[in-house]
Amino acid sequence: MHALAQEQLRLDAGPVDYLLLALYFLFVLGIGYLARRSVSSSLDFFLSGRSLPAWVTGLAFVAANLGAIEIIGMSANGAQYGMPTMHYFWIGAIPAMLFLGVVMMPFYYGSKVRSVPEFMLRRFGKPAHLVNAISFALAQLLIAGVNLFLLASIVNVLLGWPLWVSVLMAAAIVLSYTGLGGLSAAIYNEVLQFFVIVAALLPLTIVGLTKVGGWQGLVDKVSAQAGAHQLSAWPGNELTGFGSNFLSVLGIVFGLGFVLAFGYWTTNFVEVQRAMASKSMSAAQRTPIIGAFPKMLIPFLVIVPGMIAAVSVQDMVVFKQQGEGNVDYNDAILLLMRDLLPNGILGVALAGLLASFMAGMAANLSSFNTVFTYDIWQAYVVRNRSDGYYLSMGRWVTVGATVAAVGTAFIASGYSNLMDYLQQLFSLFNAPLFATFILGMFWKRMTPTAGWLGLVLGTCASLSIFLLAETGVLELPGQGASFVGAGAAFAVDIVVSVAVSVVTTPKPAAELTGLVYGLTPKADRTAATTGEDAGWYRRPGVLAGIVLVLIVILNIVFG
Amino acid sequence: MSEENGSGTQQGQRAGAFDIRLVIAALFVLYGAICTLMGLLGTSEEDIRQAAGININLWSGLGMLVFAGAFTIWARARPIVLPADSETPSS
Repeated sequence: MHALAQEQLRLDAGPVDYLLLALYFLFVLGIGYLARRSVSSSLDFFLSGRSLPAWVTGLAFVAANLGAIEIIGMSANGAQYGMPTMHYFWIGAIPAMLFLGVVMMPFYYGSKVRSVPEFMLRRFGKPAHLVNAISFALAQLLIAGVNLFLLASIVNVLLGWPLWVSVLMAAAIVLSYTGLGGLSAAIYNEVLQFFVIVAALLPLTIVGLTKVGGWQGLVDKVSAQAGAHQLSAWPGNELTGFGSNFLSVLGIVFGLGFVLAFGYWTTNFVEVQRAMASKSMSAAQRTPIIGAFPKMLIPFLVIVPGMIAAVSVQDMVVFKQQGEGNVDYNDAILLLMRDLLPNGILGVALAGLLASFMAGMAANLSSFNTVFTYDIWQAYVVRNRSDGYYLSMGRWVTVGATVAAVGTAFIASGYSNLMDYLQQLFSLFNAPLFATFILGMFWKRMTPTAGWLGLVLGTCASLSIFLLAETGVLELPGQGASFVGAGAAFAVDIVVSVAVSVVTTPKPAAELTGLVYGLTPKADRTAATTGEDAGWYRRPGVLAGIVLVLIVILNIVFG
Repeated sequence: MSEENGSGTQQGQRAGAFDIRLVIAALFVLYGAICTLMGLLGTSEEDIRQAAGININLWSGLGMLVFAGAFTIWARARPIVLPADSETPSS
């Protein structure tokens, strides 16, 4: 989208659109200001004082992930591959979110740790803690830079503002609300952002569907243009790059659905932090489960417009048929907006897009400053200071991280391909982390040495697969390489952890209470069912069951 | 925001005491009003043809107003209550 397509994509934004955009920014900053009044301790700043209701954290859980990659990337996948893209949501997110809520959250929330690396510290000790904290912090800085760069390049393409102006302005806005209000400001803005994105994408989808003649019209056009396989989610050969149907289904279920998704959703602190901010164990468990409801429906607002663009936007149709032209799949949703939306709703759509990109960066910043302050600074550099010291430290870390993100954004502008790769790489770091977590949570015999060694060697495994695929030694088109890499990392981590555990000494059982399944009394890992947590519709297990049934139905209807 | 609730709001421990639902409703009242007005006054035949024959500004604007109303009613019906035994989350 960077070089050729500039002219085609310039949106015809009028004064009304700018007014809507300005209103949105006013609200974003206002929320930062309001949230500031509730910050009086470091726990308020980093974990919202563990006081938020489940619907707020649940929507923030989804919105923190609804960034540039999701909207631009998934509509691009929709335009290119069609319905199989649904797997990223229905197989690649929902089961993992339910697992996080039902199985893992009792340990995260119940042990009162303040971050995912802190759980590593309690369970495996310092080496594993350091490895996890540093790699996470580094990844967040780089990803924040990527988000910032994407934001700026979209503003540049759509509105014609110079790249550096949009980078600095977006950084200043994100900094002012996360620096003022901490995690609460980030979370409240994510909730607001969620609704603005829906308000932007829903009209776009409705107008788009009307234009192609309704659902049946879309089905007819996609079948005629690309073939019926783009209309059913399974077996998704094009997506995985596997020729065999069996391998393709296996790749989706095990690679995407199990290792990649579970790794991402259950151990990524950006997500887990949202649940940790909720006000009770029951609310923490419900956070990802409540988030699963909108998550199921988002593909209809993201993938379907991508598919519509591929059959209705002239430049896009030509590109898909001939494989060349001066547009790109990444432009799908932007081209559709340009073609269909009049001034007014166009401003809402712009606000929605910018909202999504800013929230992605704010989520990176708010999790980075928590991990840096608690897990690196407080644990290893300056210990035993007053809470006020770490609170003001958190604010300064936010400033520093924003400056660093501006730096990485400019690096990204020079090496946009490299940054795409980096992002894919970090997603692979989560696979071994998940293996270590799941083993550590359920097997009390797993030792501290196994904790860090498994993590390091598992990461090396995914790194090697990635490099082999990049240099062409391993021939895996589509998303196959990351599925295989994640699978390898998971397997290596498990094997190494088990082997090392057998020959080293485990931690004494008394130190593992609340951290390991077998050593935690049932009462400590069960959520309360009284007061604000009463009622069957607030039971995490019941809600998760409802989501599971809905997912099976969706897979059958659109399978 | 919380000042309007009157009852049950105390100073002191006020983490999360401002109601995000009213903030969301306020933004959508403004968005809804602007889009509805655009739909009624500022939308040409050309715009409607471009949007597949739908006056999308008008309909989205009305939709947003309804949504804002629903959120306001929700916030009024179930205001945020701070527990009397406000636990201080200190470690």
